[in-house]
Amino acid sequence: MKKKLAWLMLAAMVVTVLLSGCGTKNSNTFKIGMTGPLTGGAAQYGIAAQRGAQIAVEEINAKGGIQFELKVEDDTHDAEKAANAYNALIDWGMQISLGSVTSTPCEATARIAAAEKIFALTPSASSTSVTKAGGGYQFQICFSDPNQGSASAVYIKNKGLATKVAIIYKNDDVYSTGIYESFKTKAAELGLSVVSETSFNDDTDTDFSVQVAAARTAGADLIFLPMYYEPASLIFAECNKIGYTPKFFGVDGMDGILTMKGFDTKLAEGVMLLTPFAADASDAKTKSFVQKYQEKYGEIPIQFAADGYDCIYAIYEALQKCDAKASMTAAEIGALLKDTFTSSSFSFSGLTGSGMTWNAAGEVTKDPKGMEIKNGAYVGLD
Amino acid sequence: MKKNTFTTIWKSNFTTYGIVLLFFAVMMILMATGNLSRLMRGQLVPICAYAIMAASLNLTVGVLGELSLGHAGFVSIGCFGGGLAAALLHDAGAGELVCLAGAVLAGVLLSTLAGFLIGLPVLRLNGDYLAIVTLACCQIIKSLLTNLFVGRDESGLHTGFLTQPEGVAADAFVIRGSQGLRNAAVIDNFPAAVVLLILCLIIIYNLIDSKSGRAIMALRDNKIAARSIGINITSYKMMAFVVSAAMAGAAGALFGLSQATVLPGKFDFNMSVLILVFVVLGGLGNIRGSVIAAALLTILPEKLRFLADYRMIIYAVVLIVVMLMRNSTVFHGLGEKIQGLLRRKKTAGSPPRDPDTDPAGKEG
Amino acid sequence: MDFLSNLVNGISLGSIYAVIALGYTMVYGIAKMLNFAHGDIIMVGAYVCFYAVYHFGLPGWAGVLLAMLLCLILGVAVERLAYRPLRRADSLAVLITAIGVSYFLENTAQLVFGANNVFFPNLFEAEPIRLFDGRLVISVVTLASIGICMAVMVILTLFIEKTKLGKAMRAVSEDKDAARLMGISVDRTISVTFAIGSALAALAGVLLCSAIPSLSPMTGSMPGIKAFTAAVFGGIGSIPGALLGGLLLGVIEVMGKAYISTQLSDAIVFLVLIIVLLVRPTGILGKKVQEKV
Repeated sequence: MKKKLAWLMLAAMVVTVLLSGCGTKNSNTFKIGMTGPLTGGAAQYGIAAQRGAQIAVEEINAKGGIQFELKVEDDTHDAEKAANAYNALIDWGMQISLGSVTSTPCEATARIAAAEKIFALTPSASSTSVTKAGGGYQFQICFSDPNQGSASAVYIKNKGLATKVAIIYKNDDVYSTGIYESFKTKAAELGLSVVSETSFNDDTDTDFSVQVAAARTAGADLIFLPMYYEPASLIFAECNKIGYTPKFFGVDGMDGILTMKGFDTKLAEGVMLLTPFAADASDAKTKSFVQKYQEKYGEIPIQFAADGYDCIYAIYEALQKCDAKASMTAAEIGALLKDTFTSSSFSFSGLTGSGMTWNAAGEVTKDPKGMEIKNGAYVGLD
Repeated sequence: MKKNTFTTIWKSNFTTYGIVLLFFAVMMILMATGNLSRLMRGQLVPICAYAIMAASLNLTVGVLGELSLGHAGFVSIGCFGGGLAAALLHDAGAGELVCLAGAVLAGVLLSTLAGFLIGLPVLRLNGDYLAIVTLACCQIIKSLLTNLFVGRDESGLHTGFLTQPEGVAADAFVIRGSQGLRNAAVIDNFPAAVVLLILCLIIIYNLIDSKSGRAIMALRDNKIAARSIGINITSYKMMAFVVSAAMAGAAGALFGLSQATVLPGKFDFNMSVLILVFVVLGGLGNIRGSVIAAALLTILPEKLRFLADYRMIIYAVVLIVVMLMRNSTVFHGLGEKIQGLLRRKKTAGSPPRDPDTDPAGKEG
Repeated sequence: MDFLSNLVNGISLGSIYAVIALGYTMVYGIAKMLNFAHGDIIMVGAYVCFYAVYHFGLPGWAGVLLAMLLCLILGVAVERLAYRPLRRADSLAVLITAIGVSYFLENTAQLVFGANNVFFPNLFEAEPIRLFDGRLVISVVTLASIGICMAVMVILTLFIEKTKLGKAMRAVSEDKDAARLMGISVDRTISVTFAIGSALAALAGVLLCSAIPSLSPMTGSMPGIKAFTAAVFGGIGSIPGALLGGLLLGVIEVMGKAYISTQLSDAIVFLVLIIVLLVRPTGILGKKVQEKV
C-alpha cells in the first residue's frame, strides 16, 4: 500500500514537471546554452565558466544592441548527462552553444552539435577528440592538449630548465593523459630525458608520497605536472614535507592555485606554467573582469571563468561581423558563425590571449604565456 | 489451488510486459506526432538499459537475497566488450541491428564469464562481506579498463595494457585507456532496446517461476532449511549470480552503443549504488518495480533541471522521503489518508498492482 | 631506506583510514547499519574546523572541538530524522536512505561552502621529524593520528566493556527486542552511538585534511569507501580490527604504488582485500557467527 503511494507521488511529480516549463522568447535575443559540471567533483570548473560567461552576457546586454540569454545545464562531468543536458537546451531553443566545459562530455555534445549544425565554442574542453567529434561546428577557445604538452616540452628544452624530468599525471583523466602523451613524445624528439613517470587517479588523488619519492630517487630536477591545481597543491605540500625542491612546471589547469582559499603561496614559489590567463595580470580588461567577478561572487576567478567570458565576447564580435538575426534557426546562425570564425579577417582578443584565430577544424591559434610564481604572484617569464 | 497460483503469476508477469509495451507505444506515438522532447528521445535507450540493469540486479539482491555493490562492473564489461564487437562488425560492413545483436551477444558472453570467475570464489562469503567483495571487483574492473588499449586497423587488432601500443593511429582505437570506449557508430535504436528489455524480463520471470527459482528463493529465506531438503546452495547461488551478470552485460552493451563515448569511470561504486537504489525503491524481488523505478529515477533528475542549484539536493530529499514513506510507521497514517484521497479521483498515472500478487514479493 | 620510507608513508595514510574506520565500525557494530553518510560527516567536520580556524581565527584545538560538537549534533539529527523511522525496516532501505543523506550532505555542502577546493591550514605547528639525512620524514600529523587512533581504540573498548551505557550498546547490538525487554532504551542507545561516531568522524576529518590538505565537498566520499573497506578488512564491528584494517590498507596501497604500479594501485588494494576475505571470510579479527535456523 505504501509502495503504491510512493509511486503515485513520484508519478505525480513527473507529470507536473512534464507539463511545466515553457518559456517565452524575446525576438532580438540570442539563446546561448552550455553544459558543464555544476555539481559533483568537477563542479568548480563548470561553475567558474558559467559565472565568467554570465558576466560577459550582462555586460553585453547592458550595451544594448545584440542581446544574449544564457542557460547553463548541469552535466556532472558525465558524457551521458551532458547529452541529456544538451538535448534539454535544444528543447529550450538554444541557437548558439558553448559546448561543454570538460572534454569527455563535450565530445558527446559536439557530436550533437555536428548533427544539428549548431555552432559551439567551448571554453575549456581541450581534447582534440572534441573538435574531431564536432565535424567543423565545434570550436575551442582554449589550447588543445597536444599543443600544450609539446609547447611545454619545447619551452623546458629551449630554456634549459632541466636535465632530468619527472612526470606525474592523472591516468584516468583525458586532459591530463592528453598532455602527458604529447609531452612525452616531444621530449623524446628533443632529447629531453624523462626519468620518472608516475600517475594517480580519481580514487587515489590524495596521497602523493610514492610519486614524489620516485621523482626524487630518480634524481629529477624538474617535475612536470599536467593536472589541475588541487592535486598539484598536494604535491607541493608533499615535496615541502620531505624537503625536496625540484623545479615545477605546470599547464593551464594550474591557474587557480594562488587563489585557493587557505593555500600557503610559499609552497608554490618558483612554479612555472604556461597559461593564457592570470588573474593578477595588470591590463585593464583583466582588472575590470576580476573586480566584477569578485564583487558578484566573492572569489577570484580561475582560468575557466576567463575562458567562459571570452567565449561570449568572441561570439558577440563574430555576430556583429556576420548578419545573423535572433529570428534565425540554430543551423542558419551556425553556418554564418562557422564561416565568420574561420575567415581570415576574423581574430579575437580577450582575457586569454590576443589575436586568436581559428582553423577549419575549430582549433584556436594563440600564444601561450610563460608565467612564474614569485612572491605569491605571477610574473611573466619572457 | 495450484492452477490459481499459476494464473496469478501469469497475469502479474504479463502486466509487466504490458507496461513496457504501453510505454513503448506511447513514446512511439509521441515521437511520430512530434510531441516528444529531444531530451526524452535521447533517454529512451538508456532507460531500457537501466531497467535491464535494475531487473538483473534484483535477481541477486531481491531473489537470491545477497547484497551486491558491484553490479556496475558487469555492466562495464558488457559495455566495453560489446563496443569492441560492434566496432569490428561495423568495420566488416554489418548493419546497425547486426552490430547491436553482436555487441549484446559479446557483452553477455564476457560478463557471464566474469560472473562465473568472480562468483566461484566470492559466493562463499555472506552479507556485508560479499557486498564489499563485489565492490572490490567493480573497482578492479574499472581500474583495469582505465589502463586497457584496444585498437584495430588494416594489420589487425592491437592491444596494450598500461601503455598504448606503438604506431596505432588515434582514430584506430576502440578502447583507449582514460578516454574510454570510442564508438564507431552510435546505435540508438529504441524498438530494439524494448525487445531486449522484454527478452530479459522473460528470462528473469521464467527463472523465478521455475523450480530453480523456487530453490533460489528457498535458500534466500532460510539457507539451512534449504540445504536440509537437498538444495545445492552453491550451484543455485551461482545460477542467480551468473544470470544476473549476463543480463547486466547485455544492458551494458545496449547502453554503451547508445553513447558517443563512455569512460571506464562511469561504472564506479556510485553507478552500482544507483542501480541498487532502483532495486530497493522498486521493491526487493519485485521485477516490475525495478523496471518502473529505473525509468522514473532516470527521468526525474532531468525533469528537476528547473530547480538549478537545488536540483541534486531535492533529488536526495526525494530519495530519503520516498524511502521513509515506504518503510516507516510514522508516515503510515498520513500515507493511508493521501491514498484514500487519490483513490477517489483515480488517474491513469499509476499501474494497477497489488503487492500480494508479486511473484517474489518479500516483505521488508 | 626507500622501503622504510614507504612503510612510514603507508602507516601514515593507514592511520587516517583507521580513524575513519573506527567510527564506521562502531556505528555498524551497534546499529547494524552501513552508514554511507559517514564520509560526508567527515567532510562537514573538516569544513567547520577550516572556517573556524581560517575565517574566525580560532585556535586549532577550538576548531576541532567545535567541529566535533557540530558533527555530533548533525549525526544525532540525521539519525533521528532519517534512520530512526526505519528502525524496523529492511536493512537495505536504511542503506539507501544513508546514500540519500550522503548526496544531500555533499550537495548542500557545495551550496554552503562553494565548489572550489580549499587548502586546509596546518594545525600542527611543529616541524616534521627528519631522520637519516632527511631521507625519512615522519610528520607530526602521522604521529598524532596514530596516537589518537590508539587512544580512541582504548577509550572505546573501555567504554563499551565497562560502562553501563556500553553494556546497553552491546545488548542492543546483540538483540534489539531483548534489550528493550530489559528496560534499555534502544533509541537512546543508538542516538548515543551516532553521537560518538559522528564526533569521531569530525576528528577524523580534521586529521584527514591535516595530512591531505585539499578539501572539497567530495572529500569524504572516497576515504569513506576506503574506511569501509578497512573496517571489513579487519572484521567489521571489531574495534581493534578497524585499526588493524586501516593500517594494513594504507600500507598495501602505498607499497602497491611504490613496487608494482601507480596506475593499478587501487586494483592491488582491492585484490588483496578479496584474497584476505577468501581466506578469512569474516575479516582478520572478525568473529565467526554460527548460522542458526
